[in-house]
Amino acid sequence: MAEQKRDARERRENIEMDMNPMVDLAFLLLTFFMLTTTFAQPQAMELVMPAKPKANDPVQEQPVKESKALTLVLDTLDKIVWYQGITNAEPQITNYTPNGIRKLVKEKLAEVPGLVILIKPDDDSRYLNLVDILDEMNTVNAPRYTLAELEPADRAILKSMSE
Amino acid sequence: MNPMVDLAFLLVTFFMLTTTFKTEEPVTISPPSSQSEIKLPEKNIITITVDKTGRIFFSADGKFDKERIIDLISQRQKWDVDPAQREAFSLLSSFGVPMENIPEFLALTPNKRQHYHQAGIPCDSAKNELSEWIVMARIANPRYRVAIKGDQDTPYRVVKHIVNTLLENNVLRFNMITELEKELGDG
Repeated sequence: MAEQKRDARERRENIEMDMNPMVDLAFLLLTFFMLTTTFAQPQAMELVMPAKPKANDPVQEQPVKESKALTLVLDTLDKIVWYQGITNAEPQITNYTPNGIRKLVKEKLAEVPGLVILIKPDDDSRYLNLVDILDEMNTVNAPRYTLAELEPADRAILKSMSE
Repeated sequence: MNPMVDLAFLLVTFFMLTTTFKTEEPVTISPPSSQSEIKLPEKNIITITVDKTGRIFFSADGKFDKERIIDLISQRQKWDVDPAQREAFSLLSSFGVPMENIPEFLALTPNKRQHYHQAGIPCDSAKNELSEWIVMARIANPRYRVAIKGDQDTPYRVVKHIVNTLLENNVLRFNMITELEKELGDG
């Protein structure tokens, strides 16, 4: 009898649980959650647009002074056609690199007080171009810029530039 | 082995609590990158997704808000939406189905819905259904803010339509979802 009791106690003391399946499961879950989780909350760029003027609005849209208008036309070939002023404008081409557009806008901002930048994307330009240019505007802290519709005159310029 | 197991379980718990699952999207979008450091709000967001080919998808968060949206839409369209379809809509992530196909789309099983060809939500001057979705969503929850998620190669023409639609509905402030750009250095 006594011997049996000791046996039982010994057995209880040497009890060993196989933890491997549990650990396997833990790591499986760990891997699963690590792979499915999304930490990075997507970035966003905020854009505030002016309200569309209503027909009976007493305040009319103020025209931009020609000398203070810098027009950036985003074309379909990932380039920017830019010109200052409206009549007798001399369109030139630049690109989206820091040496291109960023330098240009910085210079113009320093040169012309109260510069208004008109961004006119071509209908077939890429969304990337729009985001890039807005990003540049944020980077150089341009105080006044707006999205505008491409006009026939701009189309003519684009056409003449591509020839 | 015990410390390792402890650590493993600690990590499991951490990931379980912090995880938010990637929402299933009908299209894969590679958004353009920007240096903007604004984070997208986590709640009360309407996301308008545009893929490369210009198809428009709509999604709104919040199960209860979506239930209200489908109620409003079905009232307007004079549909008889059964509870199962209502439930399906409230669990839907992103969809790009023209209005007339919505009931049919909701009646499908989730599995079949994945293979359903989504034509995109019409958004031109002749038939602007996107406008309707936005209006209804804003009625259902006035705190909704709008985010546009475009692909790099989305033509501007479509983005223009969306922006104009938003402006017509007096949504003057919206977000554009981008990815964080690796700083290239001021060259």
